Amino acid sequence: MFAQFDPLILARIQFAFTVAFHFIFPAFSIGLASYLAVLNALYLRTKKDAYLRLFKFWIKIFAIAFAMGVVSGITMSYQFGTNWSVFSDKAGPVIGPLMAYEVLTAFFLEAGFLGIMLFGRERVGATLHMIACLMVAIGTAISATWILSVNSWMHTPTGYTINDAGQFIPVNWLEIIFNPSFPYRLAHTLTAAYLTTAFIVGGVAAWHLLKGRGGNAGVKTMFSMAMGMAAVVAPLQIFLGDLHGLNTLDHQPQKVMAMEGHYESHPDGAPLYLFGIPDDEEQELKYAVGIPKLSSLILKHEWDAPLAGLDTIPDDEQPPVAIVFWSFRIMVALGFLMLGVGLFGLWARFRGTLYTNKWLHRAALYSSPSGLVAVIAGWITTEVGRQPYTVYGVLRTSESVSPLDAPAVGTSLLAFIVIYFLVFGAGVFYILRLMAAAPLPSEPGAEAAPIRTGGIVPAPLFDPYPPSASAE
Amino acid sequence: MEVSIWLAHSWAFLLATAVFIYVVLDGFDLGVGILYPFFPEKKDRDLMMNTVAPVWDGNETWLVLGGGGLFAAFPMAYGIIMPALYAPIIAMLLALVFRGVAFEYRWRTLRWNRYWDRAFIGGSITAAFAQGVTLGAWLQGIEVDGRAYGGGWFDWLSPFSLLTGAAVVMGYGLLGATWLLMKTEGPVHDRARYLAWRFAVATIAFIAVVSFFTPFVESSYSDRWFEMPGLILAAPVPLAVAVLTFLLFQSINRRPYHYSPFVLSLALFALCFVGLGVSVYPYIVPTEVTILDAATPFKSQIFMFVGAVILIPIILAYTGYAYWVFRGKIDPDAGYH
Repeated sequence: MFAQFDPLILARIQFAFTVAFHFIFPAFSIGLASYLAVLNALYLRTKKDAYLRLFKFWIKIFAIAFAMGVVSGITMSYQFGTNWSVFSDKAGPVIGPLMAYEVLTAFFLEAGFLGIMLFGRERVGATLHMIACLMVAIGTAISATWILSVNSWMHTPTGYTINDAGQFIPVNWLEIIFNPSFPYRLAHTLTAAYLTTAFIVGGVAAWHLLKGRGGNAGVKTMFSMAMGMAAVVAPLQIFLGDLHGLNTLDHQPQKVMAMEGHYESHPDGAPLYLFGIPDDEEQELKYAVGIPKLSSLILKHEWDAPLAGLDTIPDDEQPPVAIVFWSFRIMVALGFLMLGVGLFGLWARFRGTLYTNKWLHRAALYSSPSGLVAVIAGWITTEVGRQPYTVYGVLRTSESVSPLDAPAVGTSLLAFIVIYFLVFGAGVFYILRLMAAAPLPSEPGAEAAPIRTGGIVPAPLFDPYPPSASAE
Repeated sequence: MEVSIWLAHSWAFLLATAVFIYVVLDGFDLGVGILYPFFPEKKDRDLMMNTVAPVWDGNETWLVLGGGGLFAAFPMAYGIIMPALYAPIIAMLLALVFRGVAFEYRWRTLRWNRYWDRAFIGGSITAAFAQGVTLGAWLQGIEVDGRAYGGGWFDWLSPFSLLTGAAVVMGYGLLGATWLLMKTEGPVHDRARYLAWRFAVATIAFIAVVSFFTPFVESSYSDRWFEMPGLILAAPVPLAVAVLTFLLFQSINRRPYHYSPFVLSLALFALCFVGLGVSVYPYIVPTEVTILDAATPFKSQIFMFVGAVILIPIILAYTGYAYWVFRGKIDPDAGYH
């Protein structure tokens, strides 16, 4: 089995699959860690029950998402060696230290304080518990910073030379860490994580509102906070996305050509294609529907600015256009959808109908996964768009792969797919079940109920609709 | 010694330390999973898991530091070792996936509780076994072609690597049992004592057998151990193992000392680790690539070294604090008040 396949393709599928799966969890838990820290701080300051209730409600979900993020992340860290050993040998001197710093400054911080955050409220007192919550939240953000620095360097490599063995040798660490695309990518990704969390939290609150649990103070607080966050962050994200796009145009023009579907150059203003079927063979966007000159206006802020197309790029330097073209459109469409929901929420708030407008609640519920989907689509856009390179313009993907044979990669790929769907499917199911019960006044936290020792306690076994759920 | 040589060796030492910390820390929490089959009662299992629930995540992070540190400081060795040990490493990672989620999932379901227990057991045993196989396969040597792995896809599989696999499962079982001796009271404690005794016997037996066969898998190891001046340095090691064994059995049987079996088991592991180091030094890919061959350029090493020297003490401090917060025995009846 697998002998007839190309090990390079299998290794790429394996990386894409495992990283896409992994990315879901940090994208959610980065935002959720901050949300939990905010809830805990608000509770300590106001002593309002709703905040503590929400903290205990979300921390159980956080614990599951975090565990899934950890185990899928360990896999990622070893995959560089197993499937991309040539890349590891060559790029290791530059990106290895950055990833080691991620472990030293972030992973240990998160893991060390997670136990105290989950189980330690009674053991260490309010102040230290709050510090533990902050450390976990800060840890997730530091982790994102390092890994995006690594990732950005691979897109826009600077500050290195190459030695006789073909290894990248660091020359200037500041140039490496703060490479040209890093600030944009970091801002865009962190904001995406916050937006993702806001929409999931908002969707859960909307579900309970639609189920007639609007009397629950926790549900109201949750909805109000999520919609507030969405209204602020969604427009900010569109602004940051535009900046990131302009940065990409400067450093990776062929990626933008693929995103926009510009096979051909436009000397006097390029149209913005809304629809089309990219055809790499024919080098043509079929059935194209476009708005004249709009692409030039967005990218160059000028109607008639000339824009080069993929016809200026040799065939073996071009990314696969269709994937990039469509994933980019999905991301942008979802971005504007989220903006719409955010503005709808704002409008309802001023009208005083935030907790009563059924259409708003439906919109929030149905759009709750849009952050996650947009994150994945955006990631596909940027990663497929840099092909055929791992280190952009310098090291090709085909030159990065381990000297593997297809059955080894194929078998492990199959094992990953089966096990990930099984294990993470179960996790998502448990998360959805926790979400489906409204946050109760006596919400049992990870730390309050019996059985788990020394004040360490799990949430109770699940009862989706306890009698008191809506009768508050 | 030249600075870069000194630095490469410091990194090798730091990395070995990280791997050792990983082995003993995740060793005892994997050990708890390995012992699960001997505790069929749900309430015992709940208790056992609670002894490790607040710390397992931090324990496993040392594995990431081990892999990440190898990647960062010796990328060439990383690029050779990982493909060479592809199958056991993938098996270990997937086993850790099962085991890691079982910590959360088994509290979330009644009907599936037993299945997640099995995932916890299977994941723990598989991960421990795969780590042992990895160790054995690494020890017996890896074929190198230029800067890459040059062997076949089943080179890792040998009677010796299977032996080390089983040895690590037993050793982790011992760590888990002595950890439970320290952390529990009542029936779980009593059964842990019984198991500690048996896993100790098995562990010592495996240490003896693995030590006996190690010089045969690679002739340079036997030169190291049996020729002067190595012999003088090496002679105390088996002696120390014998002394530790004696003390360990004594402490398991002597009731009031609940900490000493765990501490003595750690010492036993440390001794084995030093023995390994003596055997393979100066190689990082045994008998093919030395520490200096594989070392990343000076500029990369020094950049990380500054950070590691500052950060590792801080990490040890707050990790120690987390252990301190959850110190002491766990009362099996705490849940039913």
